[in-house]
Amino acid sequence: MEQSLILIAGGILMGLGAIGSGIGIGVLSGKYLEGVARQPELQPMLMTQLFITLALVDAVPIIAVGISLYMIFAL
Amino acid sequence: MAGDAPTSQEYIQHHLTNLAYGKHSDGSWGFAGTPEQIREMGFWAIHVDTMIWSIGLGILFLAFFTIVAKRATAGVPGSVQNLCEVAVEFVEDNITQVFGTRPNSVIGPLSLTILVWVFLMNLMDLVPVDLIPHAAYLAGVEYFKIVPTTDPNATLGMSIGVFLLVVYYNIKIKGPVKFATGFVTHPIPKWFMYPFNFILEIVDLIAKPLSHGLRLFGNLYAGEMIFILIALLYSSGIVLAVFGGFLQWAWAVFHILIICLQAFVFMILTIVYLTQAHETGEH
Repeated sequence: MEQSLILIAGGILMGLGAIGSGIGIGVLSGKYLEGVARQPELQPMLMTQLFITLALVDAVPIIAVGISLYMIFAL
Repeated sequence: MAGDAPTSQEYIQHHLTNLAYGKHSDGSWGFAGTPEQIREMGFWAIHVDTMIWSIGLGILFLAFFTIVAKRATAGVPGSVQNLCEVAVEFVEDNITQVFGTRPNSVIGPLSLTILVWVFLMNLMDLVPVDLIPHAAYLAGVEYFKIVPTTDPNATLGMSIGVFLLVVYYNIKIKGPVKFATGFVTHPIPKWFMYPFNFILEIVDLIAKPLSHGLRLFGNLYAGEMIFILIALLYSSGIVLAVFGGFLQWAWAVFHILIICLQAFVFMILTIVYLTQAHETGEH
């Protein structure tokens, strides 16, 4: 009984995290492409900023994924 | 591990437990044999394998850079020297971009150390999952995790270290009074908003080191977990093994980006937090 609850919890945790990072990174890279399209010579600088903000957007979802993997497999 | 092939659950369980050294329930100090013993050891169990690998890689980094620094020539630099110069200049550019050129003796070496050290620790994740733990098993060491950054103790330890530095610089630059009143007045300087400000500032203060450390941990832990799951494919039939081999190659290539990105982000956030600690501008 308890194991199945953990699996459901892990699934929900990972799913919601995936939705969050999916939307966040989608919007982020969309804006990045617009920025590069508008000024291609800024591409290197924009790419650095993209990676920094990508990691910040990705932070909480990947922590959620880490915790849910821990719960599912190692708990 | 039992004589017969371990079940997948055991296999995963085995690859996720650290080599812990601590106080057994019967009061004797020693290495833990099973995960249950680790739980009994509670807080004061030291993850020996994380310590070995992180300190070892730290010494490797320091030795490598010291040797290159000693043999640095103003003339035609050798390839090794170029490598170190690329790293140092990369760190220097990021610091001047974010932190500016304020005199600070700590931020330069700290950022270089964090970048290269965290990168080296993350690099261990590319080593095939079973290679070193199995060798350690043959040498009699039951559990041996080789990637220090998949241990929250290591990543949170680093982020708490950075947090202490931030508090130190806050107090040193702003002075204890201004730093303390900053908690209450910050977002909205109206007196009736003080409790609201205080809660906001405290949450912000705590969230920074926590998310800073757990981000690195989450990324590396999820990455290693997927490597372990791929490794499970090898044990089930030739078709899946070949597919597993390709999957491991593909995930390792993608993981190289994650490794570099997480080390870079960990450094950048350290610089950003230290910059915020130096902000005294009235805004």
